[in-house]
Amino acid sequence: MPAPPGAVHVHDAHAHHPALQHQFETMGQQLESATLGMWLFLVTEIMFFGGLFMAYLLYRVWYPVAWAEGSLELDILLGGVNTVVLIGSSLTMALAVRAAQTGFPRATVNYLLVTMALGLTFLVIKGFEYAHKFETGHVPGPNFHFEGPHAQQVEIFLSLYFAMTGLHAVHMVIGFGLLSVIAWMAYRRRFSPEWYAPVEMAGLYWHFVDIVWIFLFPLLYLVDRAHHFV
Amino acid sequence: MWSSLPLFPEQASTLAHQVDNLYFFLVALTAFFSTLIAVLVVVFAVKYRRTHAAQVGAPITGSVPLELMWSIIPFGIAMVIFAWSANVYFNMARPPDESMEIYAVGKRWMWKFQHIGGRREINELHVPIGRPVKVTMTSEDVIHDLYLPNFRVKADVIPGRYSTIWFEATKRGEYHLFCAEYCGTKHSAMIGRVVVMEPTEYQAWLSGGGGEMSLAARGERMFQELACHTCHLPDASGRGPSLQGLFGSQVKLADGRTVTADEGYVRESILNPQAKLVAGYQPLMPTFQGLVNEEALMGLIEYVKSLPPAAGAPTGTAPQPATPQGERKPQ
Amino acid sequence: MTTPLLPREHYLNIRYGILSWLLTKDHKRIALLYLISVTAFFFLGGFFAVLIRLELATPAGDMVSSDTYNKLFTMHGVIMVFFFLIPSIPAVLGNFLIPMMIGAKDLAFPRLNLLSWYIYMLGGTFTMWAVIVGGVDTGWTFYTPYSTAASNTNVVATGLGVFITGFSSILTGLNFIVTIHRMRAPGLTWFRLPLFVWAHYATSLIFILGTPVIAITVLLLAVERGLHIGIFDPALGGDPVLFQHLFWFYSHPAVYIMVLPSMGVVSEVVACFSRKNIFGYSFVAFSSLAIAVFGFLVWAHHMFVAGMSVYAAMIFSFLSYAVAIPSAVKVFNWTATLYKGSISWQAPLLFVFGFLGLFTIGGMTGLFLAALAIDVHVHDTYFIVAHFHYIMVGGAIMGYMAGLHFWWPKITGRMYPEGWAKFSALVIFIGFNLTFFPQFVLGYLGMPRRYHAYPEEFQVLNVMSSAGASILAVGYVIPMVYFLWSLRYGRAAGPNPWGATGLEWTTQSPPLTENFPMTPVVTEGAYEYSKREMRVV
Repeated sequence: MPAPPGAVHVHDAHAHHPALQHQFETMGQQLESATLGMWLFLVTEIMFFGGLFMAYLLYRVWYPVAWAEGSLELDILLGGVNTVVLIGSSLTMALAVRAAQTGFPRATVNYLLVTMALGLTFLVIKGFEYAHKFETGHVPGPNFHFEGPHAQQVEIFLSLYFAMTGLHAVHMVIGFGLLSVIAWMAYRRRFSPEWYAPVEMAGLYWHFVDIVWIFLFPLLYLVDRAHHFV
Repeated sequence: MWSSLPLFPEQASTLAHQVDNLYFFLVALTAFFSTLIAVLVVVFAVKYRRTHAAQVGAPITGSVPLELMWSIIPFGIAMVIFAWSANVYFNMARPPDESMEIYAVGKRWMWKFQHIGGRREINELHVPIGRPVKVTMTSEDVIHDLYLPNFRVKADVIPGRYSTIWFEATKRGEYHLFCAEYCGTKHSAMIGRVVVMEPTEYQAWLSGGGGEMSLAARGERMFQELACHTCHLPDASGRGPSLQGLFGSQVKLADGRTVTADEGYVRESILNPQAKLVAGYQPLMPTFQGLVNEEALMGLIEYVKSLPPAAGAPTGTAPQPATPQGERKPQ
Repeated sequence: MTTPLLPREHYLNIRYGILSWLLTKDHKRIALLYLISVTAFFFLGGFFAVLIRLELATPAGDMVSSDTYNKLFTMHGVIMVFFFLIPSIPAVLGNFLIPMMIGAKDLAFPRLNLLSWYIYMLGGTFTMWAVIVGGVDTGWTFYTPYSTAASNTNVVATGLGVFITGFSSILTGLNFIVTIHRMRAPGLTWFRLPLFVWAHYATSLIFILGTPVIAITVLLLAVERGLHIGIFDPALGGDPVLFQHLFWFYSHPAVYIMVLPSMGVVSEVVACFSRKNIFGYSFVAFSSLAIAVFGFLVWAHHMFVAGMSVYAAMIFSFLSYAVAIPSAVKVFNWTATLYKGSISWQAPLLFVFGFLGLFTIGGMTGLFLAALAIDVHVHDTYFIVAHFHYIMVGGAIMGYMAGLHFWWPKITGRMYPEGWAKFSALVIFIGFNLTFFPQFVLGYLGMPRRYHAYPEEFQVLNVMSSAGASILAVGYVIPMVYFLWSLRYGRAAGPNPWGATGLEWTTQSPPLTENFPMTPVVTEGAYEYSKREMRVV
């Protein structure tokens, strides 16, 4: 009888792998389900950020001058460093997955720790940027203060800046927590070439968070930079 | 005859019967299809009622020709409705050029109407028969909606921008005026009436009242009081562009864009002058937000509308070629 | 003919104790947790509706204050939309049946499923708290700037409740998609799936793509209300209509979340009670997908009078006609299924008949609204209220009732009393039409919605509507009573009291926790009634 994709009736020593959950027939089916599930979740995240991108789009078209002014208030050096840091962390994350896949638990732990360190670096730098905004009174809300006739519109820009980077930072913190759990599991030698799905799923999530930043950086930091360099 | 049946409101505008005709067609269509489905369901349910416990249905799985038929025909009908409705809607969306203008401001929880000639009304709108009337409106607070059921027109009234409806009344009488966008506690009390009069009655009504200044005259007075005239000199020699003949013209902006000087443009330029800085001028104009309310803005707009083009001179652009472009950033 | 007995061991009695329910991973138990919660919300939302209709029996606003009335219709909407209609069929019937219909032991992610319910309850708690400490009066649509700058009610708390509950939807949709893709039994190809599964697949696509947008919208609403950053406030440079775009980008597809699962139920019931294959199976399946996709393209038809350009309006109007066609195709296919069937007039089918008639009317009145010239006149009037209640109550809830009755024997092992069920179907049908048909007339006559008091000339129709509401309310209470009664006194149902096809009917009633002792193998399509020999139980 023809079998649909995903149902693999392979009975070998790993048919009852300790990580196989009762609703699945095989580890293969479980991995495919986890992968599809994680991709679907990432799609929801795209839609979640999407609303903010739409608001950004509308207001950038309405207020091009305020957008340039607001963008110039952001520190392009720190933003650039953060971009490199995050891309680097995606590299180390990919290496961690590879290490798990090829059965190198110590390397897996180390790469995960480096990824976490880079993620933490990102958050610290972001923290400095936010702190500076607090000092200069550029935080939207009752204490917002900005010179110039476009202050109201710059406040909208900065609101979107904080919303988008803030939401991104929240996702980074969640990712950091996720990675610490995965790193612990790797340290405890839970993963093997037969089962490393959690590392791979965490990798997908981390890459997504990185990609969101790749969009945020030019949209927020690089508006009208052709003539203005710090 | 039909007006004694309370199934649709009295038709009091040129548009009303157009809308109602489409409506009746749709009602008939709905009645037809609903009855068709209901009859088929009942007939089948009765005719094919199970006669013995083990009976099964016929081995039918489908029919592509039928599927095509009942996809294409409904789509065709939908397109007919679409075209018909689009036609009526185009009429609804385009006020005739010769429309009489009225300004309206909605605020919680009342409607304020301003006639050009000067009369102001609250929750009541007097209009003549047989003349197209265009209402330009905005809100002072939250979103409202001006709804005149007997004319079959409605538009949201949004703070910060202008929206318009137009109608041509055809029948003397008093008709409902409703707010149709929920706006808080007294939303259902934000109602009034439209009073449609014979043209001569309307003229008489217009010249009654307390002899108020026309809207444009009020705007001119405001123009002086707020010192607009000190920068916007008619011969374009001032710090700001001349406003002669500005309304309705194309304006070249400092950032390269060209915009039409309509009501929204004038309003925005008063409240947020640097939003559309005119080419060749410095960003010197202060904002008047907080100094003018919506009704004052309407007066100023009417005043600007009334300014004829200066003889020979182009409008709205920098007359002095020596004026530097200047930095976009203000001091 | 032997009288069936309840099986000795099943998912309900395998374990007792509150923790065995609160920590369950069994999709069937989670479905029942949802059943209890959504039913509670339904009656709460219904209670607010009763108060609304009582007030509207007289033209003057004399029963409650205007502020209270505004809170009543807001909370009726919020509760019914977010806490009843959106979860009901997917979380109750979908959760229970999808694994069984595909021959699986559970959903792909049972723990996420339980988490979904907890998130739903948490969101519901926030909203209930908002109701208790004073309510919210913005309308379920939360339009700005009223909701951000003018209302002094618990907007943020309610919004937070909605935000949280959205994640429940997202996780359910994610779970369904992965389950349907990856956990079908051997031989169960896509085109052998029951249409109930197709319907939930399409619904889950909307859950995934749409719900996050309302989440971010509500978040922005809360930030604007708290900090006045200006994103929706024109006085601060913002655009209040932006809120409407973001809100309706989800809330229009949401109405298809509310009706697609119900359509899935209709397919199952029509096939079973005609003992006949669904007419045009693949057309019905693809129509579900088409509705989900097109549903994302029409949101601005809620905003035709908000000042959009004529050309934008034309586009959305055209697309709104397009989205109606797949629904029409489905109605024709269901009707054609009855042709030369072997039709049994039992309660599930009677509810489906109600669906067919009422959904047709509701759907056709959607054409009125897609017509720009008509929409301008009836937007924000009772015509709209009637239209969506015909679809949501006359359509979705009728389907839900059909499904509850159809699968009650499978879920509980017991039959409900058929005579009372038929009676309640009739009462609901009559009560519904009396309540909502007059509202079409009221709307075209010009009565705006969300009005606490109204001009006297509208009273007769309002009284008719309120009278109908009292009948409708009774119609919904009756099943509550007999369903509860049946739990104790209902006749044991046996595995397949209806003689239905479908893998769920091959198991005992109620099923075992793992559903199938042996994974079934599928060798034929979903509705091969004609080929079967009916053995009558």
